[in-house]
Amino acid sequence: MSENIKAAPQVHHFKKPKSGNQDHSVHQVTVYQVLCVAALIIVALLFTFPLYWIITGSFKGPQAVNARVPVWFPTEPTLLNYEKLFEKPAFMWMFNTVFVCAMAMLFTCVAASMGGYALAKKRFTGRALIFSIFVCAMALPKQVILIPLLKEMAFLNLHNTLWAVILPTVGWPFGVFLMKQFSENIPTELLEAARIDGAGEVRTFTQIVFPMIKPGIGALAIFTFINTWNDYFLQLIMLNSTEVLTISLGIAKLQSEMSTDYGLIMAGAALGSIPIIVIFLMFQKFFTRGITMGAVKG
Amino acid sequence: MKGAFLMTKAAKGGTALSRANQRRENIAGYLFMLPSLLFFVGFVIFPMGLCLFNSFFNYTMTDFSFVGLANYKELIADPIFRTALVNTIVIVLVSVPVTCVFSLWVASVIYKMHDRYTSLFRCIFYLPVVTGSVAVTVVWKWMFSPYTGILNYVFRSLGLISKNINWLGSPDYALGCIILILLTTSVGQPIVLYVSALSNVDHSLVEAAEVDGATNLQVFWKIKWPQIMPTTLYILVITTINSFQCFALIQLLTSGGPNNSTQTIMYYIYYNAFKLSRYGYGSAMGVILAAIIAVFSAMQFKLAKSDNG
Repeated sequence: MSENIKAAPQVHHFKKPKSGNQDHSVHQVTVYQVLCVAALIIVALLFTFPLYWIITGSFKGPQAVNARVPVWFPTEPTLLNYEKLFEKPAFMWMFNTVFVCAMAMLFTCVAASMGGYALAKKRFTGRALIFSIFVCAMALPKQVILIPLLKEMAFLNLHNTLWAVILPTVGWPFGVFLMKQFSENIPTELLEAARIDGAGEVRTFTQIVFPMIKPGIGALAIFTFINTWNDYFLQLIMLNSTEVLTISLGIAKLQSEMSTDYGLIMAGAALGSIPIIVIFLMFQKFFTRGITMGAVKG
Repeated sequence: MKGAFLMTKAAKGGTALSRANQRRENIAGYLFMLPSLLFFVGFVIFPMGLCLFNSFFNYTMTDFSFVGLANYKELIADPIFRTALVNTIVIVLVSVPVTCVFSLWVASVIYKMHDRYTSLFRCIFYLPVVTGSVAVTVVWKWMFSPYTGILNYVFRSLGLISKNINWLGSPDYALGCIILILLTTSVGQPIVLYVSALSNVDHSLVEAAEVDGATNLQVFWKIKWPQIMPTTLYILVITTINSFQCFALIQLLTSGGPNNSTQTIMYYIYYNAFKLSRYGYGSAMGVILAAIIAVFSAMQFKLAKSDNG
């Protein structure tokens, strides 16, 4: 209910232009607008409910979990579920997940920022063709290539290792596309001036290009991290043995092995989602920019 | 010829490139492209080609022999594939329009608010995406549970149902439940995109129209809608692709059941390739799915273009 009170002031801002210039035309707040905001708040509460249910559920004992009348809030919170969870190799699942995400993020950022810069600023032969192949590949369903990818990883002796998840993630063309969008903004004159001053290609890239596309790299980094964390299908296909499971696979395993111990499963879900939500909230600005920049040309 | 080629290049780029400089650009360009090209060709293009290639083979654990179009012929005759195709199209046809309309509505309500509230709501609607498909799925499974699920309790208390329903276990409701969960995880990105598109709509045009006495609805259709058209198109395409690929929900909630009522192409590919080890058959389905998505995307581009013109 406090949500209601907090949201109340927004009604006054309703028609205020973002530019902030004092606008004298006072718009009336119509009943329709009030209803819209009310409906929005209700829908927003429903959207947060699953997360609320995960978190509260993870602190409920077996009785509260299985109660016929749902326990809306755990009045007797218990850490039992988490104790059970960490009897499983949950630490290792977390470590694997973070390792996969961090590596995928690192490699994607390096490869994509170089590739995106070349596509935006280097006038090499075949540039247009390469770019259109990248764009077309983005529209294809990536799950379709999982069958041959599995065989390829087996051939490379990487199946059932974390690299089988990392490498295909780096290959996905979205990063190059995004970094091309960001690199377009580098003034060409600046690059030419650097060349006339005798800076080599590598120096131009590290000292002029890199600082200018840093916000883009930030967006791509956070985007890759979150998407890799949640890329369940790829992980499911590539990783089977216990020592390489990620947290998503761990939760799925819990669910298939003890499908009615919802308290334990919720503890797993909380462990799998809270860290990534915190990261998302911390870097939300970068993330939003990444999504919008990636869509400019579609 | 060479001269003319360089001239057009020069006209495009603004400055002329001598042959030596062009070579330099080529070398530098490809060296910068090298890491991303390596990964892209190695882990996207090559497997895609292989997928097409494998689809002409009877490819299982023990066999690898050329069968021509036999996999495709079998597909056309396969009743489960047909069910999967119909279900997939139902999912797409329901979730794409609903996602677009809902996210446009949310975006148009929140984009005019104070920045703080805009980003608060944007975050809330993005939460299910960040939470991750597995965590979202397991909590919904609990909420849908016939015995301890909160949904049955709430609906019963409201008098909407008289006895507990086994939502995911019933062919009548299962697909609807899947679509509902899919919707909650697919509106996040469109809302972000619409908010940014709506804030970029030329404000002076809107004001001019308002001065001329245009109603809100007219302002929306005549001024805002054409300007956010490219965003709408992009959203249509990504939502279509995502809905076609809906997998984790199915695998964790229903495994395609009951009685194939939630069978989708994506899940059927997984089932054939990774449960039955029928790689060739699965690849053929993958090729068909890719073709269908390409056709859908092309259609949307066409429609949107003619709408605009």
